[in-house]
Amino acid sequence: MPDAAASPVLPDTTPHTPREYVRSYLRFLGQAISEAFDGGPAFYVWMILLTAVALVGANAWAIQVRDGMAVTHMSDHVSWGLYIANFTFLVGLAAGGVMMVIPAYLYHDEEMHDVVIVGELLAIAAILMALFFVVVDLGRPDRFWHLIPFLGKFHFPVSMLTWDVIVLNGYLVINVYICTYLLYERFIGRKPNPRWYVPFVFLSIVWAISIHTVTAFLYCGLGGRPFWNTALLAPRFLASAFVSGPAFIILAIQIIRRIYHRNFGDGPIETLTKIMRVTILVNFLMVLSELFVEFYTGGSHTSAARYLYLGLHGRSALVPWIWSAIGMNLLAAVLLLTSSITDHPWRLNAACVLAFAGIWIEKGMGLIIPGFIPSTLHEVVEYLPSLAEWKITAGIWAFGLLLYTVFLKITASVFARRRALDAAAAARSTP
Amino acid sequence: MSTSPAPAPEAAAGGVSRRTVLKGLGATLGLAAYAKAIAPLTEWAPSTSIDEFLQRHYKELSPLDLRVVLQRLEREAKQEYGVDVRISDLKAQPGVKFGYALNLSVCNGCRKCAEACHLENNHDRPSHNSYIRVFEMSRGSMDLEKGNAHYTHPVKQPDKYYLPVQCQQCEHPPCVDVCPVEATWKEPDGIVVVDYNWCIGCRYCEAACPYHARRFNWEKPKIAPEEINRDQGYLSNRVRPQGVMEKCTFCLHRTRAGRLPACLEACPTGARVFGNLLDPQSEIRWVLEHKRIFILKEELGLKPQFFYFFDA
Repeated sequence: MPDAAASPVLPDTTPHTPREYVRSYLRFLGQAISEAFDGGPAFYVWMILLTAVALVGANAWAIQVRDGMAVTHMSDHVSWGLYIANFTFLVGLAAGGVMMVIPAYLYHDEEMHDVVIVGELLAIAAILMALFFVVVDLGRPDRFWHLIPFLGKFHFPVSMLTWDVIVLNGYLVINVYICTYLLYERFIGRKPNPRWYVPFVFLSIVWAISIHTVTAFLYCGLGGRPFWNTALLAPRFLASAFVSGPAFIILAIQIIRRIYHRNFGDGPIETLTKIMRVTILVNFLMVLSELFVEFYTGGSHTSAARYLYLGLHGRSALVPWIWSAIGMNLLAAVLLLTSSITDHPWRLNAACVLAFAGIWIEKGMGLIIPGFIPSTLHEVVEYLPSLAEWKITAGIWAFGLLLYTVFLKITASVFARRRALDAAAAARSTP
Repeated sequence: MSTSPAPAPEAAAGGVSRRTVLKGLGATLGLAAYAKAIAPLTEWAPSTSIDEFLQRHYKELSPLDLRVVLQRLEREAKQEYGVDVRISDLKAQPGVKFGYALNLSVCNGCRKCAEACHLENNHDRPSHNSYIRVFEMSRGSMDLEKGNAHYTHPVKQPDKYYLPVQCQQCEHPPCVDVCPVEATWKEPDGIVVVDYNWCIGCRYCEAACPYHARRFNWEKPKIAPEEINRDQGYLSNRVRPQGVMEKCTFCLHRTRAGRLPACLEACPTGARVFGNLLDPQSEIRWVLEHKRIFILKEELGLKPQFFYFFDA
């Protein structure tokens, strides 16, 4: 049942017949689209900038399809690079997005309910970016349909990649459903019916764990790659995802608060900070365990770790990356664990930026590249991304941020419109 | 939105038209920029075709479908290179399981096998691609980390031995397991093949292979028309498309016709032994029964059908 405050609004907003539903849903989509193309000067500058970067990426990708993946610096020795590194990180970010959802629904944290959509929208944007990174990594994107079950030839359940296709797309659908349902209900002035979304919220929590576990299984199931072939990989993925996800959401809330001059989300930020305080340490513990096993044991199975942290046979392209990641994560941990960090927004923001960048390196290049160095026949061929790879990567990030901006803007406008309508209704009923 | 109680800024008098015009201009410019950005795709499109796009998986092709596909591929080769190639599709024979053995005591590291592979299989010329890598190893060590695949000095060096590595045609191939679209599989005669017209180029198989046996076509293979080997197989040495995986097929267009692999024919030392593992009279069976055999990375449990042995 709609609550009392929301029902006596303008007569055309609350639909009753199927036809009215269709019309109001179209109006909802119409408002969403007009919101996406409308805003202040800062909005236009930001969106044009992102569009420009995305177009540079699209151009670089089109050239890559035409000329072949020789435009990248990948090789038969290092056959995955920056794209798959970003894919892995973004799956984590998408899973980390639900870190908001868990306290909100599992522990009935009412204040979290209002901002939980910030995390779910992040999950949608991150999954879309992750899928783009897979597509740009394909040598034959025109044969993408071979991956579609029944239409192509879906090697399920043997290939872990088919599991990933299922869980990633499933996660996308679940979150799109939850977000559009919540927004549409608010748009038409009804209180969302828990029957229609709470089960899916719980499903999305379980599903978030699954997307990152399955993505870890892609790598740790390969017996020929000792660097990845560790049972710790999936737990480590989750721990680091629950650092990068909350870090991004805290930053997003801070930015939204500045733009809309609205004071909300203090409670959620504090909860997320508490979560990060734990997960960043758990992540460290796992890195430490791996370092111990690799370096105390020694032998040729650990040469990838030696390459990553110290360099191997005079080759050390990744050494500065991984040590800067460790430095950033350490600094972020120190900042996070300093007392009363929420009283110092800039310290908290710095911690979030550092943790986010640190995890991006650690779980991106720092995880994927050493899997290939040394090669399975112990040759050391190094890899650093080419300009084309950087362009495509920047393009996908820009497009993802563009989507996320639009999602948040639509959400804010639906909430604002609702508040205005409710206020108008209240003013009419009081005189 | 007309229903919105809080009027949007552009509804204010005078601002409407200018803002709308600017928006329209922006959208037009954006679309033009987008068209320009993805224009390289239109230059790539002629290199593929609707027939190729719609082609079914190799195993789903009827004999007639297959004949049409082979003819199309021959026609395309003629158009592109101006040479008449013959693309066959020899099937695995019942009662045959191919195996390969290599005598490390006599291999002298001359890399004639790698060169023969390069020529036979229509490899990309500038990259000197080959399915075989030969490692110069130190006597007294099996540690590949101490091996060197880039030696340039004369062979054979007195304190060295040489270890050629190619696809081991595993009984349990991890590359086949990981492929998300079944573009690679193990044939009844034990050869792991790739359908170059089905592979999507994700390179998961290349990550899964512990023997560095797989190669990716990072670009369209460059090969002079007069150097093209015209005796081709659909699943083996036809010139590969851009963006797909490839690998050693034990030269199945030769071996299924009763001939020997190109690498074996080229070997000047007789180090290579190839044959049918199911034939008790075959030379390979004699080697397996009388020599001390070992396989690479046996601990991974993949059961390669490629064997190494020392004479002495």
